Amino acid sequence: MFRVFDGFRFRRASSPLHRLDPRSKFLMACVFFALAIIFTGILPLTLIFLVQIPLVLVAGVRREWLRSLRGGALLALLIFGTNLIVNYMSAGYALTLDVILYSTSMAVRFLALISSFSVFFLTTSPDDLGLALEQARIPYEFCFAFTTAVRFVPVLAGEAQTIVDAQRSRGLELEKGSFLKRVRNYVPILIPLIVGAIRRSFEMAEAMEARAFGAKERRTNLNVLRLQGADYATVLISLSTLACGVYLRYFVAIPSL
Amino acid sequence: MPVIEVKNLSYTYQGTERPAIRDVTFTVERGEFVIITGPSGCGKTTLCRCFNGLIPHFYGGSMTGEVIVAGLSVKQNSTTQLAQHVGMVFQSPENQLFALSVEKDVAFGLENLAIPREEIRQRVEWALETTGISDLRTKAPYELSGGQQQRVAIASVLAMRPEIMILDEPTSFLDPVAAQKIFEVVGGLNRELGLTVILVEHRLDLATAYANRVVVMDGGEIRLSGDPTCVYASKDVRLLGIGVPKPVRLYQVLKEKGVDLHRPPLTAHEAAAMIREMVER
Amino acid sequence: MIQVEDLYFSYPVGVEALRGVSLKINSGEFVAIMGENGAGKTTLVKHFNGLLKPSRGRVLVDGVDTRKVSVASLSKRVGLVFQNPDHQLFCETVEKEVAFGLRNFGFPEETVLKRIDWALSLLDLTEYREVSPFMLSGGERKRVALASVLAWDPETVVLDEPTIGQDQGQKERLRQFITQLNAQGKVVVIVTHDVEFVADCHPRVILMSRGRIVADGLAGDVLYDHGVLDKASILPPQVTQILLELADLNAPRGVIDLYEAGEVVANLLRRGR
Repeated sequence: MFRVFDGFRFRRASSPLHRLDPRSKFLMACVFFALAIIFTGILPLTLIFLVQIPLVLVAGVRREWLRSLRGGALLALLIFGTNLIVNYMSAGYALTLDVILYSTSMAVRFLALISSFSVFFLTTSPDDLGLALEQARIPYEFCFAFTTAVRFVPVLAGEAQTIVDAQRSRGLELEKGSFLKRVRNYVPILIPLIVGAIRRSFEMAEAMEARAFGAKERRTNLNVLRLQGADYATVLISLSTLACGVYLRYFVAIPSL
Repeated sequence: MPVIEVKNLSYTYQGTERPAIRDVTFTVERGEFVIITGPSGCGKTTLCRCFNGLIPHFYGGSMTGEVIVAGLSVKQNSTTQLAQHVGMVFQSPENQLFALSVEKDVAFGLENLAIPREEIRQRVEWALETTGISDLRTKAPYELSGGQQQRVAIASVLAMRPEIMILDEPTSFLDPVAAQKIFEVVGGLNRELGLTVILVEHRLDLATAYANRVVVMDGGEIRLSGDPTCVYASKDVRLLGIGVPKPVRLYQVLKEKGVDLHRPPLTAHEAAAMIREMVER
Repeated sequence: MIQVEDLYFSYPVGVEALRGVSLKINSGEFVAIMGENGAGKTTLVKHFNGLLKPSRGRVLVDGVDTRKVSVASLSKRVGLVFQNPDHQLFCETVEKEVAFGLRNFGFPEETVLKRIDWALSLLDLTEYREVSPFMLSGGERKRVALASVLAWDPETVVLDEPTIGQDQGQKERLRQFITQLNAQGKVVVIVTHDVEFVADCHPRVILMSRGRIVADGLAGDVLYDHGVLDKASILPPQVTQILLELADLNAPRGVIDLYEAGEVVANLLRRGR
């Protein structure tokens, strides 16, 4: 199930999608998200999902995107199952076509939601994301906290694995015992991890001080994000699609939506 | 004018009783390459943190005596002020890289100092060139080996154009060949740019070739300070438990056997040359 | 006894870390596994206690295939001491830390108490019995980690990079300690790139590079082969470098020890006159 996170890690490449400004991409992802929420019919939801596929192919992130879907498949199945049971019961214990279609569309909605943000994160470098936040006038401390978190999550994950290995080498058996025992078995993993994280942040703080962190109120930047033609086009298309979607859903009477 | 002046410095960490540094007086001239070594806990790491203001500003504790670095009093200037004159490279390669690309990391210090973008670009280019890592500019830290990460750290510090660079056991986690590369780069900076270098190290065998002074500490005090040859050949050095380079120890072993090479060699190559010369006579 | 037969191993992300490694370590041996960072040394030793299972080939510990038994049961025989003690330490006192492994392996309580006493005194930690491991210095924490592994008395002890960050005095004590362990009949395997340390210990040396074994033999022979050391990013010990440069003067090969080198050079000079 944790494979789903693979589909959110930035993959460096040089596609048109990668070159777009993070802000326009973010808007696009939000529009997909919004559309997936406002529609409940199986047809529009499937369409919303399928429309993302050419984007995935253009960006060249097919493999990672598929991994995020595979990871989310379990949850999607759960959503399908839950909806099936609940609607089956409320439809008077009758397994109608409506019930099945509705449950399927809920699962498809979930996948469309994952997919929309997966594409965003796969094609946007965390440095650019941090820069977008900075240019949006968010205080630098928060932007820095964000990029640092992204930078260190894989490092901490690796460290967690090493700690698990070290403790297993001392006879710790994580899978054995009652539920309570198994929870307690994680103490020898969590404590070194937390202590390690604290030590690490202390060392980082020293290094940051040594590189004049916080010296000036307003920082300058090596790079700057500038919206270009393709970005304006993306924003325009996204907003108009959203407008059409809202119109179709709420102002035009098509029952299957 | 010395670039670092320490007068009667004593320091005790907050919450401890025993001073980590006891009454140390010490100067470093511009352009020197000083190795500070000594057994674990001798105070060498503490001493270097007194040079860039981490002590007393980051660590607190009680500091007496005077430390003047590049003409600035450490007690009266903030770490950010001092950071523009003294750069520091730390032991752990990972924990001093903050950005997701090498370029961005090298620019980090300059961005903090609000240096204009054009100048940042120039300095980043220069720092990458000088440390030989221009081809790594777009790589993320996890794509780099430990040795490459340390070179990025050196470039990041170099970009700030400090007069002094302090390196605190920078090669602890590196294999010998990577360690050698680091010392070469730093030695080059010292030789060609006149950068004053202070290197805290245990691995004296590889680093000695580049240094013109070795300082040995123990129990918070400086025990020996001087030319590497004199320090390694002195009688007290064996008692202090430091890793005297093997060529020097060979010189001492030969002396005990009645063979006098006249001068302790500092590198394997020097030793071989001296022995050859003696044989050919 | 550890037997590795044509071992291939790839990490889930696809990196092939071991490519056809075969070796045998008999009882009572003292082995150093050397090579550059990323050569596969740590990956290899993680197979000795089953933390990693082969992608291809097999690993036998005392005749048992590591794929068929649990990590816990293999760890009882092969104690792995990790490079960073902070990855293991989590208890309130040093005593509890040392007891952890013993209790996991199901030793009876009186044995646990006796072994704690023994392990603490073996590593000079008795005075720190009631102290929190987090209060100790780096070197002391390393000793606690080592004590906690030796407490259950495994027949094989594997130390991953034991000399990192240690000063000369600490390395010297470590060397004596390891030699003592080996003299007591334990198999000792050290993973290291500290060539001077290995020259001082002169164990059997296995050199790895890019997932393969490129040399396996006596320290004196392996550390003399400049070509193969280069492949593994290892520099020869300094005394060896000196004698290699004097090879044309008929300096004998295989000398890695300082005092032996002294003899050799003295003889050279006596002959030369």
